[in-house]
Amino acid sequence: MTILIIYILIFFVAMIIYSQIKRFTTSTKDFTSLKTVTFGDESAVTANRTASIISVLSIFFLWGAFTGSSLTPIHAPGPYVGDTSFTYTAENADKQTDTATVHIRVHKLNDTVEKPEIPASGNDGFAKDDVMKVAAWRTSNPTKVQNNDDGGKVDGYRVTMIDGQAISPNGFVDVSDGQVRMTRKGSLVFEPGKGWQMEPIWLPAPEDVWGRLIEIADVGYQNVTLSENLGWSLYRVILGFILGSLVGIPLGYAMGLSSWFRGWFDPIVEFMRPVPPLALIPLVIIWFGIWETGKISLLFLAALWIMTIAARAGVSGVNISKVHAAYSLGASKTQLLTKIIVPNSLPEIFTGARVAMGVCWGTVVAAELVAAEKGAGKMIIAASKFQNTDIVIMGIILIGVIGYSIDILMRMAENWLVPWKGKS
Amino acid sequence: MSGLEIDNISMRFELPGGDAVQALENVSLQLKQGELMSVLGPSGCGKTTLLNILAGFLAPTDGVVRLNGHNVTGPHPERGMVFQKGALFEWMNVRSNVAFGPAMKGMPKKETDEIVDHLLNTVGLGDFKEKAVYELSGGMQQRVALARCLANEPDVILMDEPLGALDALTREKMQGLVLKLWKETGKTIVLITHSVEEALLLGERLVVMAPRPGRIHKEYNLPFAKEGVDADLREVKKHPEFNDRREEILTMIWDMEEEIMGHQEESK
Ligand SMILES: Nc1ncnc2c1ncn2[C@@H]1O[C@H](COP(=O)(O)OP(=O)(O)O)[C@@H](O)[C@H]1O
Ligand SMILES: [Mg+2]
Repeated sequence: MTILIIYILIFFVAMIIYSQIKRFTTSTKDFTSLKTVTFGDESAVTANRTASIISVLSIFFLWGAFTGSSLTPIHAPGPYVGDTSFTYTAENADKQTDTATVHIRVHKLNDTVEKPEIPASGNDGFAKDDVMKVAAWRTSNPTKVQNNDDGGKVDGYRVTMIDGQAISPNGFVDVSDGQVRMTRKGSLVFEPGKGWQMEPIWLPAPEDVWGRLIEIADVGYQNVTLSENLGWSLYRVILGFILGSLVGIPLGYAMGLSSWFRGWFDPIVEFMRPVPPLALIPLVIIWFGIWETGKISLLFLAALWIMTIAARAGVSGVNISKVHAAYSLGASKTQLLTKIIVPNSLPEIFTGARVAMGVCWGTVVAAELVAAEKGAGKMIIAASKFQNTDIVIMGIILIGVIGYSIDILMRMAENWLVPWKGKS
Repeated sequence: MSGLEIDNISMRFELPGGDAVQALENVSLQLKQGELMSVLGPSGCGKTTLLNILAGFLAPTDGVVRLNGHNVTGPHPERGMVFQKGALFEWMNVRSNVAFGPAMKGMPKKETDEIVDHLLNTVGLGDFKEKAVYELSGGMQQRVALARCLANEPDVILMDEPLGALDALTREKMQGLVLKLWKETGKTIVLITHSVEEALLLGERLVVMAPRPGRIHKEYNLPFAKEGVDADLREVKKHPEFNDRREEILTMIWDMEEEIMGHQEESK
């Protein structure tokens, strides 16, 4: 909640600062600034690159600030770490009171430390000082502080106050660096202040994720290297996509060119189109097994319908004037198919291919979550079982980066191979 | 017999639901080799249908079309087409578009290149041979379409509102080009247009069609196309006779359109 409010604040503050700076630095000769109508004019709305950069930076900043990262200068208050203490007041069977101190050492999660020493003054009176140690974000073991006190085990001896505030079983008292609770049986539990930062098990710091990336790229995770994991996922996507295209494109052409084919396959295609590939996983597992055949079949099916529909649309979308022109210029049916229908359908097919690659990439990760020996999805599901959140986050980022790269590559191929797209 | 002969053709479209449209009824026309005929009429009077029948894309329900004595049964390179727009092949550059017809015939590359170069120079696109067609303006694209049609050496050129999508200035230039090509090549041309002025300028013969059913309403023999071949088209338009004809035909078409509106009111 706090994070969301801070994020929204950053958004507005950055916007206001940017527009103020812009107002000072822009000369009125700038063409777009001469437009008086910009609101509602879609052409005047382009992605502001400054905003994009600040957006990405602020996500990393928040991430760093709330995980105590060394990369960010400012941090949200972290959990308490260090030596602290609180006092307790005990009443013995004779209704006399005495005060002693509990010395606590709060250490970082994975450090091992000794308990603190009891100072010499700690043995005054009948209540004696105690020591505890506890890791940040955790709670100490319940400790009966009266056990070492003189007469502490006698009936009627009890702890009445913590730092001067009254406490009773099941109650709690806030002290300077955390909270002290009394259990039903009268033991004391110390919980150091948690601060606002996230525990690494929820969200590791960016540098930890980066460190993991380097480590796993180098030595792998569970005996599988990172490139092997990603390579397998990519291999499945590409193989499934190619198989789907090899069947889907000719099928789509046939549906675009023959009424019989269109009539026969229309119900099948229209029925399969809205079924999400993930819903097919159980059936595919039953039919083709859980391993490689099953996954490739699933991706084949994911790509098949998309490519069929794209090819069909490419054929149906041909301007009848082009067909007539080609026939009038002496083209035969075969020539019409190869010289007009096929090239004319390429833009649609590329659009379909982009969609299909995106769907396949999403599907492969999900299928690997269900079952796989190697693959990006397998890596993160295995890591999540061992609560290796850094690997899970690293995996998700890599999956996103690869999905985005695939789309960019497809778009570059499209610009290069079908430059006439959208220009007829 | 040489020339294009349209022998009493009728065309009836059966519509789903049992209705039918009589798009053409008993249309007969004879064109001699090298004649330039423009066809004019309110929209829906069957002009495109007529042209599609001449091209062989449609078979008439009655009657036959003959070219140089043989029956027209389907599309053939002897009858070239120029469309209003969207008929160029965007995946080919200007040169390959123009070379499409010869390539379909399997003409050797060297010979094709000569024809293409010559035609592109003729239509004024000598400097644009390697350009992509989608980079050209609308007027230039229609020049490519004309050159592509001529590259096949057709006997008849059929044009369906070839200049309809162009702006007025470009259109005027293109009208001159059509006349020039007609004179240089001596092709038989059938040109459909929406513009009375264009029909008068580009028609040695002018056919006005009437709708419901589509039929020939009136035919003119005109001197303007022959004059326009060698003169400035704007001078031709100043002719008093040109003005008279224009007024006459405009009134005729307006009357037809009013009648169509009347029909629509009645059927409501
Ligand atoms: N394929 C078709 N099916 C049914 N009706 C058609 C078809 N083609 C044309 N028509 C009808 O025939 C008439 C003439 O059409 P068309 O030749 O396109 O007219 P024009 O080109 O003169 O505007 C119109 O009423 C049109 O609706
Ligand atoms: Mg028409």
